[in-house]
Amino acid sequence: MSDLAHLRRDFPLLGRAVHGKPLVYLDSAASSQKPVQVIDAVAEFYATSYANVHRGAYTLSDEATTAYEGARAKAAAMVGAASPTEIVFTSGTTAAINTVAYGWGLDHLRAGDRIVLTVMEHHSNIVPWQLVAGRTGAELAYLRVGADHQVDLTDLEEVIDERTRIVAVSAMSNVTGTMPPVTQLAAAAHAVGAVVVVDAAQAVPHLPVDVATLGADFLAWSGHKMLGPTGIGCLWGRADRLEEMSPLQGGGEMISDVGLYESRWAPVPHKFEAGTPPIAQAVGLGAAIDYLDKVGMDAVRRHETAITGYALDRLATIPDLTVHGPTDLAVRGGAVSFTLGDIHAHDIATILDEENGVAIRAGHHCAKPLMRHLGLTSAARASFYVYTTEDEIDQLVAGLHTARRIFGLS
Amino acid sequence: MPIDDLYRDVILDHYRNPRRRGRLNHDAIHADGQNPSCGDEFGVDVVVGGGIITDIATQGQGCSISQASGSMMADAVVGLTIDEVRDLASSFKRMMSIVEGDNPVDPERPGAVLGDLEALQGVRQFPVRIRCADLAWVALEDAIDQWETAAAVGA
Repeated sequence: MSDLAHLRRDFPLLGRAVHGKPLVYLDSAASSQKPVQVIDAVAEFYATSYANVHRGAYTLSDEATTAYEGARAKAAAMVGAASPTEIVFTSGTTAAINTVAYGWGLDHLRAGDRIVLTVMEHHSNIVPWQLVAGRTGAELAYLRVGADHQVDLTDLEEVIDERTRIVAVSAMSNVTGTMPPVTQLAAAAHAVGAVVVVDAAQAVPHLPVDVATLGADFLAWSGHKMLGPTGIGCLWGRADRLEEMSPLQGGGEMISDVGLYESRWAPVPHKFEAGTPPIAQAVGLGAAIDYLDKVGMDAVRRHETAITGYALDRLATIPDLTVHGPTDLAVRGGAVSFTLGDIHAHDIATILDEENGVAIRAGHHCAKPLMRHLGLTSAARASFYVYTTEDEIDQLVAGLHTARRIFGLS
Repeated sequence: MPIDDLYRDVILDHYRNPRRRGRLNHDAIHADGQNPSCGDEFGVDVVVGGGIITDIATQGQGCSISQASGSMMADAVVGLTIDEVRDLASSFKRMMSIVEGDNPVDPERPGAVLGDLEALQGVRQFPVRIRCADLAWVALEDAIDQWETAAAVGA
């Protein structure tokens, strides 16, 4: 990250203006911007090599298939998967978690079994489990969040008990930035024979992730938060776990034979990829992984840790401002949620956008149980990525001072 | 600057000191408005007597625009007939560019006079915030719809 200005030139959108000011994009936890290498890879694929995959014995289809499966291999390597066949392409994290919830949960959960979550989960790692619990008679149990914004482990053994079949946890909160002790939680889960599902939507884009180190059985993440296109995401599953799962959707691509009354499935992972998949999106994801590889995930993490530290220091100088998240940079990422006096988050977002061209998120961040735990209905969130600069943090801080002035806080 | 058009003093006053807050128990019609994408909420308890809104109480939480708009609305509608409230809602939506077209409320009619509500016209320059300003009116129109349905059944 020696030359941030050079890197930023790869992102055409970061050069635009908003309300006559240079755009300051601080909403990468919602979705990241795209480097020209990704945009060009998608365009180039459509212009030169596009066809449906796993189809005819013609050159174009073969090239498209090679590109699509090549992206799978890159995704596998990124998280330390044993084989590309452990990667199922989905439309994103939400679809990946639903694939596990229904594909594994419906076949393996019984009445009285327990699904353990944490209070800090995103709705996409809560609602699928509520739906599957409703269908199977399983019950939900929650690990609480402490005053330090970390998962409270004091009642770990009571919550992850002998009935527990699934433990589903985030590797990084999209609200507080907290990185829960996934390895420790996974060990507790495995001690009672439970399956570990990790929501890595905020982790894979921002730091090195290794599925073996985490001790996960499943890992879900999205392409669009890691410089890639929308409409593509990954479910990594350990090979034996994927073999235990039923397909959610039937159709083309996912079969090895179809009769009038019964069919046989294609091998993993294709049995989970019914229909024409998001081919160009996968190619774009592959280009995003190449880009992040070149920067280096260790360097990404170092940059974000530094920029988050800078932001926390600067935000601490603003009167009436409260950051809702850990202060220890070792256990947090670059999603920084805050409140400012009695100024509602939407008003903060409007003022930042209008006055400083700063784009932040305002609202409940699709994590209402965590927001209730924090005693909030709404918070502002600035989130950072590989392209975020200290100058941009300064613009954020300037805008927050403007908000204080407009609302008469002084 | 447009931002100062948005956050006028009168709006911040209504945000921090919302009028007619609370609940009404006697014969009130209740309706809620919600913005699921942002979490803003606004509820109204409305009492109608002789075709006139005789009392209103409001509840809610959210941004300054949604809560100030609801506070101003509550102040504006007490004493108006249901038809006048419909006119006022129509005038408000026209100011907010929610309703397009050439059929403004007759300027001679009470519902054409926005009064304090005109302070919200700056919201028009912030398209993503228009639904904040409209939230309270969604709740009030729901309540009026309920009253008219009940009145029709009663008649």
